[in-house]
Amino acid sequence: MSSKTGEVILEIEGLKKYYDQKAVLDGINLSIKRGEVAVVIGPSGCGKTTLLKCVNGLEAHQEGSIRVDGKEVGSDDFSWIAARQKIGMVFQSYDLFPHMTVIDNILLGPVQVQRRDRAEVTLQADALLERVGLADRRGDYPRQLSGGQKQRIAIVRALCMNPDIMLFDEVTASLDPEMVREVLDVMLGLARQGMTMLIVTHEMEFAKAVADRIIFMDGGVIAEESDAKTFFKSPATERARRFLNTFYFE
Amino acid sequence: MPNSGFNVLLSVNNLRRLALGLCGTLEIAMISVVISVVLGVFYGLLMTKKNRFIYVLCRVYLDAFRIVPILVWLFLLFFGSAIVFHTDLDGVTVSVIIFSMWGTAEMGDIVRGTVSSIPTHQWQSAQALGLTQWQVHRFVIIPQALRRIAPSAINLITRMVKTTSLVVFVGVTEILRVGKQIIEFNMMKNPMASFWIYGFIFFVYFLICYPISKFSKKLEKKWSY
Repeated sequence: MSSKTGEVILEIEGLKKYYDQKAVLDGINLSIKRGEVAVVIGPSGCGKTTLLKCVNGLEAHQEGSIRVDGKEVGSDDFSWIAARQKIGMVFQSYDLFPHMTVIDNILLGPVQVQRRDRAEVTLQADALLERVGLADRRGDYPRQLSGGQKQRIAIVRALCMNPDIMLFDEVTASLDPEMVREVLDVMLGLARQGMTMLIVTHEMEFAKAVADRIIFMDGGVIAEESDAKTFFKSPATERARRFLNTFYFE
Repeated sequence: MPNSGFNVLLSVNNLRRLALGLCGTLEIAMISVVISVVLGVFYGLLMTKKNRFIYVLCRVYLDAFRIVPILVWLFLLFFGSAIVFHTDLDGVTVSVIIFSMWGTAEMGDIVRGTVSSIPTHQWQSAQALGLTQWQVHRFVIIPQALRRIAPSAINLITRMVKTTSLVVFVGVTEILRVGKQIIEFNMMKNPMASFWIYGFIFFVYFLICYPISKFSKKLEKKWSY
């Protein structure tokens, strides 16, 4: 993971996305280096989630380009199917497959999509489960797990594909407050190990702790971009200041 | 002992004939059910595609079978085939065709309803793993849909078994027709025969359909997650 730290892994150029006539993403330029943790914040409806979904092709964009590891996604020799194996994604809704056990949820992608050996993937899956503290739940069905546990499993499921970059879309937003921590801790651990991550979150304290870079979006554009310390201490734009103020009670 | 008419049921010959009639009923029902389930799945998946034209076409087909009574369809094909196509379709063939067309329409609607009831984030998280459209269906959507489908599909099957009693009108020898023949044959000697014969047929239909619906309840329990 860390051997090639510094090279650009994800490059977004002039990305535009419209719903009907309305621009949801209005020209996004963003590049993420290997090992970097970028946190996207901004008011609801500013296009954060849409941006993530465009990055792995769950939403189609109309203009601009997305390059992963230098190759343009969606072109003939680099399909979305191939790109998604390099881009892990975890969603807000706990989205495990309810008819499969935890271990089958994790194995599905690596075995069916990547055609890897079942035994080898199982070893990796067990190690990852161990790391998120859920080794004893491998045979359970999702309904037997709490929200926080499901979300940790969803992270393991994405990790088991050995992605180059992980996308997190407000993964703690629908969790009960006491479960938020366990999920954030897992993400923090990943960040420390050098995983490249693009995170959308409303947890400002977490953003402060985990981010190398804060990307502040508003109205479909990147309004401000700086390192976490600078951003939270002295945001450059009025919009960012106003947004940050909504999180404090004085 | 007064003649209650019950003894018509005790005649081995009559029972054998009723059993043969039952085979006729089950034959039509089973063939139609198998065809309906297979075609219905494809028909239902077709309806979930977001193509307006295909959807309207499928909808018209479904409503044609919902609105027009099955008996009318049976007559239409039975008598119509001779007039329009100059072919003489026998009652069994006509019945299987109509029942399959009806079953496919109903089964398709069940499949469509179930597949669209599966939340979109199930699609998205499957796609996000790099699964192809087909793999998403095969590993995520269809297994979940199957579990949800079972109760209504089995309900449809029992409806189809019951409705086969209509095929008597296109001259198929099924259990109801045999019963009628026995009643008519015994009319003079046993005025009560109709009670016992129809009672028996009632019981036979119950015996077939009750286990099916029990089985459905069991599946529902076993497959709940």
